[in-house]
Amino acid sequence: MDVSKQLEVLSAIPKENYFSCKIEQKLHAQSIDILQLNVGKKCNLSCKHCHVEAGPHRKELMAREVLEKCLQIVTENSIGTIDITGGAPEMNPHLEWFLSQVTSLNKRVIVRSNLVILNDPDYRHFLDLYAEKGVEIVASLPDYHSDRVDRQRGPNVFSQVVAMMQKLNAKGYAQEQSKLQLNLVHNPVGTYVPGCQQSLEFEYKRRLAEHGVVFNQLFSITNCPVGRFLDYLIRSENFDDYMATLVDTYNPNALQSVMCRSTLSVGWDGVLFDCDFNQMLDMPVNHGAPTHIFDFDMDELKKREIVLHNHCYCCTAGAGSSCQGTLEH
Amino acid sequence: MSNQYYDPKDLADFPKITDYATETGDKFFEYYGKATAAGALSEREKSLIALAVSTVRHCPYCIDAYTNKCLSLGVTGDEMMEAIHVGATMAAGDILAHATQMRKIVKKKEM
Ligand code: SF4
Ligand code: SF4
Repeated sequence: MDVSKQLEVLSAIPKENYFSCKIEQKLHAQSIDILQLNVGKKCNLSCKHCHVEAGPHRKELMAREVLEKCLQIVTENSIGTIDITGGAPEMNPHLEWFLSQVTSLNKRVIVRSNLVILNDPDYRHFLDLYAEKGVEIVASLPDYHSDRVDRQRGPNVFSQVVAMMQKLNAKGYAQEQSKLQLNLVHNPVGTYVPGCQQSLEFEYKRRLAEHGVVFNQLFSITNCPVGRFLDYLIRSENFDDYMATLVDTYNPNALQSVMCRSTLSVGWDGVLFDCDFNQMLDMPVNHGAPTHIFDFDMDELKKREIVLHNHCYCCTAGAGSSCQGTLEH
Repeated sequence: MSNQYYDPKDLADFPKITDYATETGDKFFEYYGKATAAGALSEREKSLIALAVSTVRHCPYCIDAYTNKCLSLGVTGDEMMEAIHVGATMAAGDILAHATQMRKIVKKKEM
């Protein structure tokens, strides 16, 4: 579904439920603690819920010049976390170079990996690179049941992720006394919202122990009604019901800590967004803030007004949701 | 007014059961919150119990709410169905147990 159609669908909810009507005042960023780089839409998988609509056919990849500029910005500013996402970040040919540079800055460096790609001989070397450079890995594993994972992400994904987790554990990831962090992302395999993150983490740890693998933390993320997940909501005739659930469980406290207030998201072509979801809806930062990484201005961007639409309910439903999991614990 | 007794939208109306009896209603919610929150049993176990009970009690609102809650906590359809069978067998067992009365009376009265 093209972006204008997606926005049209998102605008088709009852007017009184518009996100702009729910919030009492404009929302502004408070800081930029996290620079999130979407280094490309190319991916070895084509998951059914993917808001990026990533896949092997995608060509968009972040160029070296954009990565160089990002590196300069994180070097010169007190941005504590560099969060690298995609697609499959490993498919960007400059990732290896970028990691070698950015990990020398003593900041938190995250790579969001589907782990399946690390089974491919062309990308296997990232395993050692991640461990050597102390990269935090955030791996997608939507469920602890193999059939559910494979339904959403493709055949044999669960077994390949578990096999890779075994290798990561052997390298020291998620081991006691080790600094190497392996966190997992849970997102519902269906059109419901995630339950209590702590309960899910407990169950994940118990079930995955049966496969002999361990991890640090579970980040539970609410599926955003954007991209392929929006398509699915429409096709399965669940859109109204899903949006009503998000609206009914709107939590004003979660609004205070939504991730866009402390994150700046950089698109593959250097365009700046309030978050990865806005990126997929082609809604760059606005209200006078510079819109491209080459025009980066910390003072302007750290207090920018956030661009909101009805998909924002996915961040404020229940306990709230972000790329780091639940907002309220 | 809706022209049917059960409307899925009424589930969202549940918090308003405090209307006309606020204090008692609030006390119910306090009790409800404590009883369903994780304790010695996990939230997951309690949600399965709630689903089985709501099915036995034929409450469409609670079946809706607790099916969604079970899904959100990672419970599968197979696991939910197992819990419902526990509820069903308990209901059947409780009916059959009452046959004791019938058997006692029959045995006492028949020649
Ligand atoms: S969800 Fe992640 S792994 Fe799946 S297609 Fe999208 S980017 Fe790739
Ligand atoms: S979806 Fe909306 S609320 Fe959530 S991070 Fe993006 S801009 Fe902020």
